Amino acid sequence: MRQETLEIVTTRANPLIDPALHVWGWEIPLYLFLGGVVAGLMVVLAGLSLKSTDRPKSKAVQLAPFLSLVLLSVGMGALFLDLSNKLNVYRFYLAFNPTSPMSWGSWILVLVYPVVLVTGLSSLSDELRANLMARGFMQKPSVAKLMRQAFSFADGARRPALWATLGLGIGLGAYTGLLLGTLTARLAWNAAILGPLFLTSGVSTGAALLLLFKLDEAEEKTIVRWDLVAIVVELALLGLMLIDFGVGGAAGELAGASILGGSWTPWFWSVVVIGGLLVPLGLNLIEVNKHVRATLFSPALILLGGLTLRFVLVAIGQESSFSMIQ
Amino acid sequence: MSGTPRYTMVVDTKKCVGCKACVLACKAENAIPDGYCRSWIVEEIRGEFPLLSAELRSERCNHCTDAPCVAACPTGASHYSDGGTVIVTRDKCTGCKACIASCPYDARFVHPEGFVEKCTFCLHRVRRGEQPACVEICPTQSLHFGDVNDRESEVAQLLAARASKVLHEEAGTNPNLYFLV
Repeated sequence: MRQETLEIVTTRANPLIDPALHVWGWEIPLYLFLGGVVAGLMVVLAGLSLKSTDRPKSKAVQLAPFLSLVLLSVGMGALFLDLSNKLNVYRFYLAFNPTSPMSWGSWILVLVYPVVLVTGLSSLSDELRANLMARGFMQKPSVAKLMRQAFSFADGARRPALWATLGLGIGLGAYTGLLLGTLTARLAWNAAILGPLFLTSGVSTGAALLLLFKLDEAEEKTIVRWDLVAIVVELALLGLMLIDFGVGGAAGELAGASILGGSWTPWFWSVVVIGGLLVPLGLNLIEVNKHVRATLFSPALILLGGLTLRFVLVAIGQESSFSMIQ
Repeated sequence: MSGTPRYTMVVDTKKCVGCKACVLACKAENAIPDGYCRSWIVEEIRGEFPLLSAELRSERCNHCTDAPCVAACPTGASHYSDGGTVIVTRDKCTGCKACIASCPYDARFVHPEGFVEKCTFCLHRVRRGEQPACVEICPTQSLHFGDVNDRESEVAQLLAARASKVLHEEAGTNPNLYFLV
């Protein structure tokens, strides 16, 4: 059969648009990763704390809410760097567009700070509180009084704050995926599955980050188990995403081309799927079944895989546009 | 005349010669910086050699009725204006680029000053009762602009009389840039 010729010549050569869209560089995948990690930390921390009425046992879990705020701030800094009209950043908070995941995200981010701060303050042990109050700047009576009031408020609001942390964590994790998933002009993003995928990856990477620190044995066992579940679910969601590409006709074929033979194939399969999910899955199974303590190797791989997943998905989405369908 | 106005542009691909006068008129009228454009020419060649056919299209923002850029904009900078045109308010634009990523036509770009730019159907001229700059300049009169909801308008009559198509209908955005084929 002879091949039909199709040649398209355009005079358009707009920067960041042509020959293929590349409006988002490293800042967005880094933010999506850190946002996911923070979402995961919030879900795991709330999950651990809601299981009992006691404060968390290990220092790492007590301090993790504050770490999550630092990571979120770094992520938001990356987001800010990506804005091309930075002086208008305040405009995010003069509007709410219910059809824009970015608008939802802006408001979720604002709510995360006070809620996680209350969760963090209420999680601190008496020992850590005493250490904090002994610091130089805490000696001022007005500051000391304010801190005591803050601890008192946080202790009283702990249960509602934990539930809010859980809800906002789920919202934050899902929105980072839906942000891409609702941009239907990009074939590889054109899927609502990115919401649960990024949320699950966030839970997995958030749990992995906690496992890098010294934890109480019971906490560690629980987190390793949850991480195991998150990895299995994430693998299933990635499988569904690939099936979506497979059954999506010409558009699906183009959407998946970059990770099914194209330039991002080695990164996706070796770093995300094998290194970031399958190897940690095997290691976690050994840890759970053979009752051995977790090593740093598995969580480090999960974090690397989660970061790479964001970079790969942001890249393949931008590479796959409607103009490829003729 | 019936209903609310719906501004529409009709490009006659049988008349277009790809002279790029529309591109240059747009750049001059709207002070578009060097290296950027709001409208452009596409030449599409199809067929089986030697039986080839060429189509020339003057393309720009499709001012979609269901514009994904408006849906994606977190600040309301991208919004609908007169006759359903899709407009960007520069003072509200943060340059987040969600609108650019959401556009199936890749019709938007980041202006060097930071805000997102695109075709406005020359709304400033239309409000004065003039035609968009590209329509005004076209030497072969292949570009037509008007209210498609007005049955007496040139665009409504052309679309009623001639075969036409829109680009990427599958994107489901209900574009208002038609091509007579």
